Amino acid sequence: MAILDAVPDWGMVARQRLYWTTVYKRTWKGSVVTSFVMPLLYVLAMGVLLGGFVKTGANLEGAPTYLAFVAPGLVAAQAMQTATGETTWPVMGSLKWHRTYYAMVATPLAVADVVAAQLVFVMFRLATVTGVFLLVMAPFGVFESVPGTLLAWPVLVLVGLSFSGVFFAYSATIRSESGFAIIYRLLVIPLFLFSGAFFPISNLSAPLEWLARLTPLWHGVDLTRMLVLGDVRPGLALVHLAYLVVLSLVGWWLAVWRLDKRMEV
Amino acid sequence: MALVTAAAARAVASPHTTGWEIVRRNYTVYKSSWLVFLTGFLEPVLYLFSIGIGVGRLVTGFEFNGQVVSYAAFVAPGMLAASAMNGAILDSTFGIFFKLRYDKVYEGVLATPMRTIDIARGELAWSLMRSAVYSAGFLVVMAAMGLVSSWWALLAWPATWLIGFAFAGAGMALTTFMKSWQDFEYIQLAIVPMFLFSATFFPITAFGGVLRWVVEATPLYRGVTLTRELTTGAVTVDSLVSVVYLVAMGLVGLTVASRRFDRLLLS
Repeated sequence: MAILDAVPDWGMVARQRLYWTTVYKRTWKGSVVTSFVMPLLYVLAMGVLLGGFVKTGANLEGAPTYLAFVAPGLVAAQAMQTATGETTWPVMGSLKWHRTYYAMVATPLAVADVVAAQLVFVMFRLATVTGVFLLVMAPFGVFESVPGTLLAWPVLVLVGLSFSGVFFAYSATIRSESGFAIIYRLLVIPLFLFSGAFFPISNLSAPLEWLARLTPLWHGVDLTRMLVLGDVRPGLALVHLAYLVVLSLVGWWLAVWRLDKRMEV
Repeated sequence: MALVTAAAARAVASPHTTGWEIVRRNYTVYKSSWLVFLTGFLEPVLYLFSIGIGVGRLVTGFEFNGQVVSYAAFVAPGMLAASAMNGAILDSTFGIFFKLRYDKVYEGVLATPMRTIDIARGELAWSLMRSAVYSAGFLVVMAAMGLVSSWWALLAWPATWLIGFAFAGAGMALTTFMKSWQDFEYIQLAIVPMFLFSATFFPITAFGGVLRWVVEATPLYRGVTLTRELTTGAVTVDSLVSVVYLVAMGLVGLTVASRRFDRLLLS
């Protein structure tokens, strides 16, 4: 598949608006708890209560308190988790159980249009979930820089998008849902726990620290943290941004490629 | 001849079913997804490495029942108890709901001489065995990392069975009342706060007044305290409170589940 084959016809993408708004209307209630209450609980437990036991003078990468350190980490991790949720089960469902994709491409829609519309929907979900999370944390006084926090919002959508394409491609490839349990335990949870969300990655041993530096979540966590703390090192920030943009584009292409292959038969 | 047919008829009428058949059935099903089974062991270990060691470097050690323990040694029994809870809940809620409403496994089972109580017992036994394998592995990891400071820790293994029993019983009972997958949100709403606030990651002294009292009354807190008392060797007569609590919870759950199975499957 040529690179440009993944570029959708945006007019065709717009035509799927009704479908995705209907999906959202029917499912948003179920996501209220996971996108509002769970982050709040994590912030309270890890940030406020556990944070109360953190030693004074511990290395927190410039954050004044543990709460201020962990909050941007948790919201970036939430972006990853939302992206994972939206591009695993729903993709497999549309292929295997509801067969929505087959109905879609029986119309003038191309595979690239179908993928683009779904990824736009995922971005919308990411924007609402991370937006709510940022609002929930604002009263805790953990954001040092207001413009930085506003900039962090689209960055968080980008963090989620960088995972969405890759997971979409994976979900379009595997045949059985047990693949999700494995990827969740071998990839998502380790990323959540070791990508600098909960503790500075310099606390890891040197090889693991370097491994963490290669993960997309670390780039997302570090960029988000720099922005909300108002402590941006421009060179490093550009590296983070470039990494996330490239991964998003590659993932997007992979998603179109894998779905196209899967639906050829 | 009449004697033989009478004996045969009696054997059919009162078979020796125990629920063991359910365990064997589940084993056969899970055999094909052994990788899922294997990776289930990883989750608590990863939490231990990340929170216990990574975050542990930022946190001072805690005093527990009069002795100072390192943060990792403090968190480890918490993860042990929490993973026993999670495993039991996962099997007894999602797993059973699917078999009850979609797979119709139990309708098939009840067409044999098995009774509803055999189903309840069998499912419970299966989920206990599964989580016992995980917690044994986790205890070995703890010991290898030097996070165990007493021979009492050997009893932490059966303690995780109690935690599994309590939560599997309760989870199974609640599942029989579930109407749709959306209802499982409520289970998550109970499980996640317990996981985060039951003195798993920080000591109970973080709470004051009524809140502390509430936390102390939750089943996961009883489980965490019990395993922590055992792995640090701070066992007292009070530890029995947790034991009785967990056993009672499991027994109530099992009884309710079996009665509900009667109503759902036999009427």
